[in-house]
Amino acid sequence: MTGARKGLLSPRGLRRARTTDRGASRAFRWTATASAVLILVVLAAVALFLVLRAWPAIQADPAELSAKIAWFPADTSLLGFIGPLAFGTALVAALSLAMAAPVAVGIALFISHYAPRRLANALGYAVDLLAAIPSVVYGLWGVIVLAPWLAPAWTWLSDNLGWIPLFSGPASQPPRVILTVAVVLAVMILPIITAVVREVFLQTPRLNEEAALALGATRWEMIRTAVLPFARSGIASASMLGLGRALGETMAVLMILSPGTLYSLKLLVAGQQQTIAANIAAQFPEANPLGVSTLIATGLALFVITLAVNMTARAIVARGAQKGR
Amino acid sequence: MSTTSAPAPTASSGGVSTRDLLRTVDKRRRRTDRIMRVLVAAAFVLAMAPLVSLVWTVAANGVERLSPYFLSHSMRGVFGGMDAGGIYHAIVGTVEITLFAALISVPVGILVAVYLVEYGRGALAKAVTFFVDVMTGIPSIVAGLFAYALFAVLMGPGVKMGAVGSVALSVLMIPVVVRSCEEMLRLVPDELREAALALGVPRWLMVVKVVLRTAVAGIGTGVMIAIARVIGETAPLLITVGVIDSINYNLFEGRMMTLPVYVYRQYSQGLAPCNDASVACIPDVAYLRAWAAALVLILIVMLLNLAGRLITRMFAPKLAR
Repeated sequence: MTGARKGLLSPRGLRRARTTDRGASRAFRWTATASAVLILVVLAAVALFLVLRAWPAIQADPAELSAKIAWFPADTSLLGFIGPLAFGTALVAALSLAMAAPVAVGIALFISHYAPRRLANALGYAVDLLAAIPSVVYGLWGVIVLAPWLAPAWTWLSDNLGWIPLFSGPASQPPRVILTVAVVLAVMILPIITAVVREVFLQTPRLNEEAALALGATRWEMIRTAVLPFARSGIASASMLGLGRALGETMAVLMILSPGTLYSLKLLVAGQQQTIAANIAAQFPEANPLGVSTLIATGLALFVITLAVNMTARAIVARGAQKGR
Repeated sequence: MSTTSAPAPTASSGGVSTRDLLRTVDKRRRRTDRIMRVLVAAAFVLAMAPLVSLVWTVAANGVERLSPYFLSHSMRGVFGGMDAGGIYHAIVGTVEITLFAALISVPVGILVAVYLVEYGRGALAKAVTFFVDVMTGIPSIVAGLFAYALFAVLMGPGVKMGAVGSVALSVLMIPVVVRSCEEMLRLVPDELREAALALGVPRWLMVVKVVLRTAVAGIGTGVMIAIARVIGETAPLLITVGVIDSINYNLFEGRMMTLPVYVYRQYSQGLAPCNDASVACIPDVAYLRAWAAALVLILIVMLLNLAGRLITRMFAPKLAR
């Protein structure tokens, strides 16, 4: 992209021809540059202010925390409080990703390589629509419509596959459990993954696909040998983006999950896990100053986790782009 | 989609036998191909099911309470299972907070995009591109916490007002505006820039009058999609703006209600106790209000998206050519 513009318009040319960078032009350039720097400042400010407000909780004595905050568990440090929350967050995000990623790749394939173009456009729009629906509506739908639907399925799972620790029962009724939340989150992150993967699929070199077909490959073999290897890094980064979104989702979890603070792998039992984001939204409105600090400290942990996930995703994209060129 | 259909062999010298040879894929491979085709189609149906179910439930349940009365009244003085109350105060809050967020984000976003496309080279541009992407991934609740912490440091703890929510939303909105505007500015052909500069137009005027002018439709689309993205945000508003039952027009003082928070609030109130048979009481009125508000919210989001798409469709061919 940057290589297309040379000479007169490139900053190097600009710097040589001083005459064009004077007065209003220079002021304008500085304004634009300042706005760009503002992005970096905002991100730094997010980290700074979170640390600032979390500080009272970070340096407070665990005994003081549990004495002054009603919901703070006794005999635990701040890290011991964040631990189960982070575990719940990671668990629900990983589950939803495991459900969403294969489906998203399937949809992207359907749109890019199977459906007729007119249909593909309409379907692409429908998937975008999924992304536009606010999360609070997903929460409402999840708890009122989806949960009753899933109840028999969860009961069946715990009855028949209960010997697997994940599905050990008895399945809670109504199913305000982490697996229900994971299903809703999977629906929510599906469009994000699909959008990125579809882009990558469409960029597969046409000649590779045609070569595979000319060698007698069936459509699936063509996809397996030409499309999927090309799109591998794209799929990985799209999944990371979806994971990042799932980690930070608040409302759907808050509305559906019946919370608990355990390191528990029981997916079908209520009152076992809770996520960082939902815990903040649940406790924040009625928290005292030290409670707010504690919650901001957990928010800081969430910020760091999502930042790491997103940076990894972008790094994969960047590496993939370099290889492609 | 011409790539997906194998070219039919032209029947020349080999004729029938070549065609037969090409047609007879061995059974196992053909079966795999079929199975994968079914799986891919199934994935699609699987993803459409929730969408259809969601849109249908929201529409069917929401229509019941949606009325001019519902749109033009607040929740002041409404309690229990009363057959009253509306979302006027939430609409006021949503519109004001979102517009103020847009007021912050759009100029900044456009300027950052201008920087990246017209001036940005080297380490700073790379860093900005990277961190704009990273910023897209900030969880909305963290953006809310940031806005809360910022105002708590500036104005003392416990500040709840619309403007704090706007700041939180603009943290989420800026990267979206930057991304879409950048894309649009890159579509402006260089010939236009060169022609303007060759005529002796100062560079900043070239950017304002030629580049931004050419891309104005695309920028409009981008802004609309960015607004649609943040208008449904709940968590940051829940913790920065709070909830209130009456109308508050003032962005800079006191709590405000917003549509998404209204949906959540009504849902969490749950069923109303209806012990007294003499008073008109609807037990699930809060749920009905939540559905109706969700319907309004979805309609707003879809209208914004649709408007964005229409603008693109009307202006895109000119830019592409």
